Amino acid sequence: MKVWLKVIAVLLLVYVHTAGLLMDVPRLNILNETVRALYFHVPMWFGMVLLYLMSVYYAIRYLKNPTPEFDVKSVAYAHVGTAFGILGMITGMLWANYTWGSPWHGDPKQNGAAIALLVYLAYFVLRGSLDNEEQRARLSGVYNIFAFAAMIPLIFIIPRLTSSMHPGSGGNPGFNAYDLDSRMRLVFYPAVIAWFLIGLWIVSLRVRIKKLEEKIIERE
Amino acid sequence: MNTSIIIQLLRKEFILELRRKSVIAGLGLYLFSLIFICYLTFNLKENVISPYTWSALFWLTILFSVVNSVAKSFIGEKKGVFIYLYTVASPQQIIISKIIYNTLLCWLISVAGYMLFSVFIFNPVQDSVVFMAVLLLASIGFSTSLSLISGIASKANNSNVLMAVLSFPVVISILLMAVRATKNALDGIDRAASTDELLNLLAINCIAGALGYILFPYIWRS
Repeated sequence: MKVWLKVIAVLLLVYVHTAGLLMDVPRLNILNETVRALYFHVPMWFGMVLLYLMSVYYAIRYLKNPTPEFDVKSVAYAHVGTAFGILGMITGMLWANYTWGSPWHGDPKQNGAAIALLVYLAYFVLRGSLDNEEQRARLSGVYNIFAFAAMIPLIFIIPRLTSSMHPGSGGNPGFNAYDLDSRMRLVFYPAVIAWFLIGLWIVSLRVRIKKLEEKIIERE
Repeated sequence: MNTSIIIQLLRKEFILELRRKSVIAGLGLYLFSLIFICYLTFNLKENVISPYTWSALFWLTILFSVVNSVAKSFIGEKKGVFIYLYTVASPQQIIISKIIYNTLLCWLISVAGYMLFSVFIFNPVQDSVVFMAVLLLASIGFSTSLSLISGIASKANNSNVLMAVLSFPVVISILLMAVRATKNALDGIDRAASTDELLNLLAINCIAGALGYILFPYIWRS
């Protein structure tokens, strides 16, 4: 990963944290100051979906052209995507505690997100239980693609069909509809970009560590 | 693609299944014991459980029996059988024959489960046509997604545990849709209200089927 991208990511995050916590936000009933969760919670889910998408992309490339490098990348993206998902879950629960009254409200969006995480945890279990490296890469690649396709309806379709209290689904307007005024956009979009860049950075580090480990094994 | 080979493979599955009667009897007994446990634990009274509890129990029972029965489509097969199949048929033909066969099996299990539930617990279904359609669509969904996962799990060491771990998250979307459509059938509301859920189920089935068809060759090649 290019150095200037890393610098941009860090600078943007500094900006997001200061502006996100200090700048004025619209006054809204119930939401009040928790609307700031938008800067930290939503980018996590954007990041998770994008990282999983990259993971699926490398899984497809691996199946088309089996080189170990694609497999390493696919796993690294899945790992970091899961970390983002868990962080998104925690920030969401924190937010729900103050607006909905309890951290786990059984909202369809929460349940769908929990299942999405289960899918990827199952993916890691599958990788753990296959010994042959080539087979592990191929089978987990297949599961990755299949599971991603199964996950899409859970996160994006079913919550929109049922009544959900999550902003943006089940008839509830998203932030866009009433309040995402230009001030919030000024922080929100940089936040999405910055968190995604941080995700990419972690992935590139993981891939490098994996490569170095392989080199060490070869030496020995 | 040659359909005669698919038919031959299907015939082979049926002949084998009829020859190993103990397997079918085992499945039937599994289903029966599950339903009997439900019946005993909920203490027999009709008014004790609401129709929604009924639907939850029903789908749980079906899910467990179906996962167990579809799991054996690849898990537990001898290596020699795989090698033989490899030489006579293409992977696409094998997965299609497995999906068709498993659909029939799942459908049989769910209809048998429905009958046992109405005998032992009670039958709250008001619109049986919609309910049957849900059973059929859910069976297709279960068989398409579980056949592929059974293929993946069969290559791993602890395949039986892995089968459950891998399959539950994937079939949840099918299950959720089925439960919602079942709720409509239980309430007996206008059929037009359930078409959405049925179409969604059909769409999920199409996605799962297409993915299974495309991805299976990669599992098979080893």
